[in-house]
Order: sequence, then C-alpha cells, then structure tokens
Amino acid sequence: MNWIGRSLPRLEDPTLLKGGGSYVADRVGNAAAVRFVRSPVARGAIVGIEVPPNITIFTGRDLADLKPIRPVLHRPDYIPIGQPVLAIDRVVFTGQPVAVVVAANPALAEDLAEQVFVDIAATDPVLDVDLALQPGSEPVHPEAPNNVLVEGRMKTAGFDKAFADAFEIVTLDLRSHRQSAAPMEARAGFAEYHAGSGRVTLTASVQMPHMLRTGIADTLGIAEADLRVIAPDVGGGFGQKMSLFPEYVVLVWLARKLKRNVAWTEDRRENFLASAHSRDQAFTIRGAFSKEGRLLGLDADLRSNVGAFSCYPVTCGVEPLMAFAELPGPYDFSEYAARSRGVTTNTCMMAPYRGVARPMLTFTMERLMDVAAKRLGLDPVEIRRRNLIDSFPHRSPTGLVYDEGSYKQAMEVAVQKIDIPAFRVRQTELRAKGRYIGLGISVFSERTGYGTPAYAARGMDIVPGYEIVDCIMDPSGHVDLRIGSSPHGQGLKTSLAQLVSDELGIDVQKIRVISGDTDTTPYGWGTFASRSMVIAGGASKLASAKIAEKLKVIAATLLEATPDAVSLKDGWARVANTNKAIEIGQLARAAYHQSHRFPGLSAGLQENAFYDPPGTFSNACHFAIVEVDIETGGVRIERFLVVEDAGVLINPMIVDGQIAGGVAQGIANALLEEMIYDETGNLLTASFADYLLPTLAEMPDIEILHLETISPESVTHAKGVGEGGAIGAPAAIVNAIVDALSPFGVEIFEIPATPQRIREHLRKAGAAVHA
Amino acid sequence: MHEKVSITLDVNGCEHSVSVEPRRTLVDVLRDDCHLTGTHIGCEHGVCGACTVLVDDKPIRSCLMFGVQAEGRKIRTVEGLANGDTLHPLQRAFWENHGLQCGFCTPGFLMLAAGALQETPDMSDGEIKELLSSNLCRCTGYQNIIKAVRLAAAEMRSGIRG
Repeated sequence: MNWIGRSLPRLEDPTLLKGGGSYVADRVGNAAAVRFVRSPVARGAIVGIEVPPNITIFTGRDLADLKPIRPVLHRPDYIPIGQPVLAIDRVVFTGQPVAVVVAANPALAEDLAEQVFVDIAATDPVLDVDLALQPGSEPVHPEAPNNVLVEGRMKTAGFDKAFADAFEIVTLDLRSHRQSAAPMEARAGFAEYHAGSGRVTLTASVQMPHMLRTGIADTLGIAEADLRVIAPDVGGGFGQKMSLFPEYVVLVWLARKLKRNVAWTEDRRENFLASAHSRDQAFTIRGAFSKEGRLLGLDADLRSNVGAFSCYPVTCGVEPLMAFAELPGPYDFSEYAARSRGVTTNTCMMAPYRGVARPMLTFTMERLMDVAAKRLGLDPVEIRRRNLIDSFPHRSPTGLVYDEGSYKQAMEVAVQKIDIPAFRVRQTELRAKGRYIGLGISVFSERTGYGTPAYAARGMDIVPGYEIVDCIMDPSGHVDLRIGSSPHGQGLKTSLAQLVSDELGIDVQKIRVISGDTDTTPYGWGTFASRSMVIAGGASKLASAKIAEKLKVIAATLLEATPDAVSLKDGWARVANTNKAIEIGQLARAAYHQSHRFPGLSAGLQENAFYDPPGTFSNACHFAIVEVDIETGGVRIERFLVVEDAGVLINPMIVDGQIAGGVAQGIANALLEEMIYDETGNLLTASFADYLLPTLAEMPDIEILHLETISPESVTHAKGVGEGGAIGAPAAIVNAIVDALSPFGVEIFEIPATPQRIREHLRKAGAAVHA
Repeated sequence: MHEKVSITLDVNGCEHSVSVEPRRTLVDVLRDDCHLTGTHIGCEHGVCGACTVLVDDKPIRSCLMFGVQAEGRKIRTVEGLANGDTLHPLQRAFWENHGLQCGFCTPGFLMLAAGALQETPDMSDGEIKELLSSNLCRCTGYQNIIKAVRLAAAEMRSGIRG
C-alpha cells in the first residue's frame, strides 16, 4: 500500500479535537505574569517614567547592556537599524514596549502596568510611505536620513530600446494597504528558570525555534546551550511568528534575573499594535507592449513601508527585495528596470505574511495585463496566452531560474472549466436587469522550497534554507523523525509520515515526527515560505532512504539474497521472485542486537540527511466570478476556481486545505482587511470589530483542480503550496470587479477594494444612482 | 473587586469548587482555576468565538461572561464532548474532513455547532452557514468546517452513530 497520494486524516487531529492541544498559555502553570507597558504615541522623546510604589518593573535603562536586535544584509544599499528590547530615550511607533511589569497573575500585572505613566514629548510621526520619501521628511532614524533602509536597482541592456519600440505603454499606480496576519493565537511566551543548571527553557508561539534561540542568545550574550526553545502547538503563524520579537528576549532576561518562571500572553490589541504588519506597498509601473500584445519590457518603482524596525532574521528587505526580484512573475519578457525601496516610518514593523510581496506583485502584473488587453483590443485570456512562459528552465530578467511548470496549461484548464462564452451571455442578460457580474483571472508563479542560494543572493547575514533530518528506527521498528522545520497547523507531521512510510515500507502509525524543540531536533529553519514539504520533506526522504538501504542489507544477509532484490512494503522485507520474507521489525531488532552479523554496517538504525535545494516554482491560475452591488459597493464572490500545479501531492486533502485557507486570506486582502492609522499614528483597527477577518459568510465554495508537473528540483517531486491561495486571489477578484463594472469604465488599482472605495469609483464615474 | 468569592461550577458533569475574583471571566476560570485548557482565548472581546462553551446547553462566549455568573448552571466544554474514547460525531467529521489546521479555533467551532445542533437538529444549510459565520478561523477558509458540520448534522439526525 502506498501512503503518498492518500487523503489520510491527519495524525495531529485527535488530540486537538478533544481539547488536548498544548499551546503556550496552556502550559504556564503558576508562573509570574509579565505585562508590557507600551508607547501610547507613535513618535517622541521619553521624558520620564512614573512608577507606583512596590512594583517589579524594568525599563530600557535596566536592559541597556543587551545588544539591540539588529539584522544585517551585506549590501551597500542596506542601513542596519538596531531595535532596543525596551525603548531607550525615544519611541518610534505606537505600541513599542517601553517597560515591563512582573506580578503574581495577569490581571494584577495589567492593573499595575496601567498605573505606570510614561511621559513622552510627542512629535509628528511619519506614517505614509510616499510622504516618508519626500525631501525634507523628518528621518525616523538618524542613520537613515532619507528614510530608505534598503534599496535594489537594476536595468537590463535592452530596456531603453524595448520602450522606444513599444506600440503601447501602460502606466499604473497601485496601492496595497497594510494588513496583519492575525493568527488566532496571538504571541505568547513562557520562560522557565531551572535553578540547578541556570538554564532557561522558553516555550513560545513561534515558527523558527532554533533561530529564536540564536537571536536571544546573541542579544543576551549567553551561550545557546544555556537556552532551550520549545514551539509547542502553535495557533497559526502565517509569517507573523517568524521574527525575533523583543518581548521574548525580555522574558528570558527576566527569568534569569529574577530566577523564576515568567509568562506573557499578549492580548489581541497588542497583537495588532505591536507584533508585525505587512503588505503596505505602493508601486508605479510602466509596461511596454507590442502591437500584438507582447510585453517587451517593464519599468517599476516599488515602495514598501517597512515600519519602524527591521525584522530579524529576514530583515526589512523581505518585501522590497522580493518584489524587485519576482515582479516579472509568470511572464516571458527580458527587459526590466526597477528600483525598489524599503522605507521606514513610525508604524509597526513589517514582517513576512503569507505570500510576502507576491499578492501585491501579482495584483500589479494581472492588472497590467487586463489594462493592456483593453487598450489593445485583446481578450484577457488571449493577452496572457501570448505572454506566459512555456519553455523550461526559464530565466527571468532578474536571473531567477524557473523549473518545469504548467502556466499556460493551468489557464487553459481553468478557461475550459469556467465556460467563458456562457458567462458572457449571462453577464449581458443580468446587466439588462441592473445586476453587475464580472470575471477575473490571475496567473502567477509561487517560488517555493528555496535553499541557501536564494537567501545568500539577498546578502543575508544569516542565510537560512537547508534542513537536516534525523531518522531513527528503534529496535521495535518504530521511527522517530526529528526535524528542524516547525509546523503550526500545516499537517506536516502527517505528510512527512506518509513520505517516510513509503520509503521504509511501514505503517504510518509507526512514525513519530518530532519538531519544535531545540534540545531534541537538529538545527533548522522552521516553517515559512512554503518550504517544509520540499526541504524538510526532501531531507526526510533522503534520511529514511539511508535507513531503507541498511534494512535491505540486513534483510539480504538474513535471507541470503542480494540487497537490490529486497523490497520493503507493508511491514515486510521481501526478496523478489522468491517467497522469502521477514518482518521489518525483526530487521530493526537485528540491527541493534545482532549487529555482529553485518560486517561493514554501523550498529543500529540512525541516519541523518541534509537537503538544500535551489527552489521550485509552483504555479496556478485563479478565476473569480463576482457580483457587485452598485448601490452599496458590496462584492459577493459567486464562484472561485483554482487550478494549481504543485507537483506530486503527498496528501491531497491537506494541499486543498492549504489552498482554501490561502484563498480566504487573499479574499480578505482583496476586499476586507486594512490596518488604519490616524494622522497621529494611533491605530484605529486594533480589534476584530474594526479589522475585518473574513467569516464563512464572505467565503464562496472554492473549486480546486490539480495538475502535476514533475520537477527535477525537488527530490520528493512535491512543490510548495502554502502561499499560492493568498498570492493569486486579490488579483482575480479585483479583475472580476473591474470586469463587472466595465459599463462604467471603473478601474481599480488599490486593495482592499472596500465598499467605500468602490462607491467612490462609481460616484466619480457618474454611475451611482444615489450619489 | 479583588476580594475572592467561592463558587462551585458544574463543568462536564464534574463539580469544581474554586475561589475567584468577581471580575474574572468564565474562560479564565475554566482555564486557570478548573485547569480545563481546551477552551481557548482568541480576542477577549467577543468577536472570534474561540472561547465558545455551552452554558445550560446554549453556546456562549466565555470571555463575555463572568465566572461567578455561571454558578449553578450546567457548563460543557470541548473536554466533555467526546464520550470517553469515542469521538462526538462533530469531532469525527472535523477529523475526517480536515476541518481544522492549527486547531486553535476548533474547540469554539465544535461547541458552537454542538449547542446549535442539539437545539435545532434539522438546521437548514443556510442556518448552518449563518451559525458558523459567528466564529473566526484563520487557517481553513471554512470550507471543510461547513462540510464537517453538514455531515455530522446529517449523521446525528439519522442517529446511526453518536
């Protein structure tokens, strides 16, 4: 029986379903409670901190010996900015931690923190990315007088000629407003002090436990051996829980200082104010097209608002440099000029969120294609047909190499499934009745599973990418798979168990995947960037293959055969064309207890493997059909189709779950979610009542079809699939809205396309009856 | 407000005698005093529904109720949903249909659906959709949650299992 390809119900679930999950806040016992006192203003000088008597409180001055969090990119156009773990002298965003209070329980800590008065001489903040770039704008940090922390620039040799030869040049200004990943479990940490050893165990809701240990140890100036980091069950991350936050450093510092256990669970408001935001980007692009609709060249000015600090370890380059490198997306053209800047402002730090820059850059390219098609009198499908890449490996104008994909095929499959002619008939009929439906397309590439070369190319000081997996079969034939990836809802343990089961020929229930503990797993990079199935999966396959080879040698010895005649399946080692067979459990026992019989083999069954692939591109086509209510500006998604190619599907049900969840976040990006600061830098959307996550009421049924292109760049033949849903959906939905409103000539280049914004467009177009 | 009062709560058929501040929310009492951590806290302002439990058979948000208000009432949490080792039809349907990913919102959805289906076993599809729209999930896109609840509802009505 093969395990790969089966929609196996997840091994993780029975515990979670019975309320037996173990998230950070479930483990803190009677630890002292920590509450952070945060800046109530976006910018200013700390004049004084007034503290009520008899409370345990520490301020930035008490922690002044700690190194600031200061991630580095080795490139001349990057300015490193240090983030003090608690503010010293000045504050640079609303919510920045200024002091920390420790009390017997969370309610008391909150009471006491409220009595702390931080006296700040507030000054006008710089909030908007384009205002921050204006000459004369006040610098957020003295190190960066122009507020630019990172910049990428390039221009290909034939760029000017492409624009000179162009039949049509399309210029667009596009805007993506700020969002939060908003995992259902906010950040939380629990630092346990071990009196005997002086070690601290930090249990935290994070995606990169090993990186967190390195970051905290560096900041505190301690050995990594003195700190253990555990990521237990984690209630969603989506990128927000990748970064090293100052709160975690403070927790470990407090545990060591006070020699006691301390715990912190942030409330929702803190999560919105002070964890991390993303997607705050403004792009200006020019596309040069031939008369036939071929994209000849692209000119891009990309501005990303990276907030007040640079996120560790990936840095504030993560959005601007990804936008810079990956903007060309799935389109075949060679001339490209781009300038991409990461701009600091007095807002919450930008950090990765599912898709990073790609929802915006896909929105950009897909709006460009639709606008160009309209100008050139082409159908939106046809213009894409003429521009999508279809020979591989493909080299993009920025030097990225795309492995085998199915960009055109995915679109053609979607076109067939949707039946566009029938849709157009219905669209016309409904318009006559005053109803406006529209169809939108989005085609995109999703770079996944990339190893160290991709990160090294960014000039990162800390270069993530590889994974190491330890695979241990015990004498009873059960397997422990110790991984450096750190899943938090992706079902990775199930998928890896399926992969390893096939490799070793044993039941999936005999495999235990161990993750999220720096004491018991190999150093690794956690789970982010659609990497774990490809990289941890690849390393798991390679490690278990070594065990399989050993089992075959043992079986061959015991059964008097040659190792290549032995196969492992359904719990048995069998010799081809004979009736010789032995249970795999017996082989495992022999490996440990009869090792003298296998000269040349090391005793036991413990192997590890390392995998560091160049990366593999998934691809997909999304089709959205929406109806716009021109009276309210409300958008209802009638149909949403995804044709996805992520190579071989290890567990199709899990893959579909990743896509559907991503699409939900993409719908939010397109229509709902927006972090709004007022002009003083006060966050107006710090609750779920103001920051609108999609509910079931906003969700269409999502239809998902799969293509399976086999790529040589992934040893498991699986590609990453964690982000595609979020990447493609905003473009498809906005293109559909614009199509629906085409009788009014409305064009939309700003997300989220909220009812207010759609109404404003309609009013300007003179369309709305009740203007 | 900081003076503690003694109360006895009936949670999943067990009595819990605890001493709590009157301002303490029911979810904090359940988690910190009764040590039933299956009920999760997602927002503490009554929007996300992660903390949904049943009080006298009705789904309520336990972050919007004080522990002292629950005295003398019958509370059921996710820990009391399965019958020993036998999963409740909703739990099984969530499992078989991938109705959860990170699992943090799941207890709230389970209790929301369990309470509603107990009161109205023959909810229409529109009613199920409206009901489930009251809680937030960030991972699944809700597709498999509604699928699981539909299937569990049908199964519970037919009375084959559970």
